[in-house]
Amino acid sequence: MNWGKVFALSLRHIYLIKGSFPRILDLIYWPTIQIFLWGFISKFFTLSSSYFENTVGIILSAAILYDFLFRSSISYNMMFLEEIWSRNFTNLFIAPIKLSEIITALTFTAIFRTLIGLVPAALIAIPLFGVSIFKIGAPLIFLLITLYIFGVTLGLLVTAGLVRFGPSFENIAWASLFFLAPLGCIYYPIEILPEWLQVIAKLLPLVHIFEEMRNILIHDIINYSQILKAIFISFLYFLIGILIFYLSYNGAKNRGTLINMGE
Amino acid sequence: MKLEIKNLVKKFESVTAVNNISFTLEKNSTLGLLGPNGCGKTTSIGMMLGLITPTSGKIYINDIVLEPKNRIELLTMINFASPYIELPKKLTVKQNLEVYARLYGVKKIYERLSELVEDLNLQKFLNKKTGELSSGQKNRVSLAKSLINKPKLLFLDEPTASLDPDVGDFVREYIETYKKNNELTILLASHNMKEVERLCDKVVMMKQGEIVDSGTCGELIKKHGRTNLEDTFLKIARSKNELG
Repeated sequence: MNWGKVFALSLRHIYLIKGSFPRILDLIYWPTIQIFLWGFISKFFTLSSSYFENTVGIILSAAILYDFLFRSSISYNMMFLEEIWSRNFTNLFIAPIKLSEIITALTFTAIFRTLIGLVPAALIAIPLFGVSIFKIGAPLIFLLITLYIFGVTLGLLVTAGLVRFGPSFENIAWASLFFLAPLGCIYYPIEILPEWLQVIAKLLPLVHIFEEMRNILIHDIINYSQILKAIFISFLYFLIGILIFYLSYNGAKNRGTLINMGE
Repeated sequence: MKLEIKNLVKKFESVTAVNNISFTLEKNSTLGLLGPNGCGKTTSIGMMLGLITPTSGKIYINDIVLEPKNRIELLTMINFASPYIELPKKLTVKQNLEVYARLYGVKKIYERLSELVEDLNLQKFLNKKTGELSSGQKNRVSLAKSLINKPKLLFLDEPTASLDPDVGDFVREYIETYKKNNELTILLASHNMKEVERLCDKVVMMKQGEIVDSGTCGELIKKHGRTNLEDTFLKIARSKNELG
């Protein structure tokens, strides 16, 4: 691994973000809108129901964590799509940079993009709705790491699709997370799902992450085995994602699609 | 750097894009790869850059077979420029060149940038976004990127396409001068026959994925009974399928 090259590729995306105020604004805008939307909806639920005293806190925390997942995946995809849109793809792939270095650079830079959007949103929620994601405490770090690994994995899978099928796969990039959201049990407990779907849902790390978040916020119980399970599942998918990316890359080399990848 | 192609074949399902081509590009020489659109030039260059996996055949760079395991190492000494690929539009010229200098592991980045900026007259738009440049300016920046690592082997795909005669001449003159002062082997794909006559020591003519003729420009013109390379190209390109 050549960290100088990893830095170079990250620098390309940092320059891109740094050079465009509308781009920074765009990164902050959507997570903040999410916070406002879910904040007001859950406040309304609180007024109309006495089910949970902490409805706003739970739903908003879920929204923030889900947005973190969403942003990490989209950030990863976006950086790859930027290369396709700018017709820089061939230049990048004829530079002496390994696939592992490209994956590492995108993984590290995605966190930068994700945090730009999420930190302001998480901070806004504190004075506006009296909800602080930081109340989860130390386990929050593990939940975020797990979500990040899974988000990057989804990004990797979509990227593999872009390499395999070309820019036409772009729409899948936007749809991928919405597809998983109902199964992830983000805003509701797993028991809501039919039993056969629960079996499938448990194969995703999301269920374990959001169940654990609710455990902590409602019952004040930390179940580390659930967190470890989520990390393990995420990491497993990450390794599968890397494998699929390599297979797609080799497939693209066979089909000759890397040389004229563009809009 | 010497480039040797041996029995290179690329098949895309039922289509044979490149059919058993072989040629040698001697160290410090310039070879023109010519042929009508769709004759397999880009696919051939793609294979030489390791972007496309050949169906069969071998590519030797300095007598070393190009393989996935040594591709990265060989790519540090190679580069490529084409008007059909671009640098990120939202980055300034300086940022783009810096990023690529780092990707190619250039040691004294800013010293190398200064050399190229001066040689290619990039000063005036160095801090301008690459997407805001004219075709001629973009072309010079692309050339600067392709020389950032002081390559020993350079692939140029239609380096002066869409340029006005003045800028086109500047680019050709620059390539000539650069080559005189540096150790550089060039493979040039071009549809500009005057450019090929001016820059190339030898020419390989492709048609329908195969090499149909090769030699120096003078040899080919004489062999086909024409007065210039353009007419020679037209004769070969328009001839009915005489392959095999």
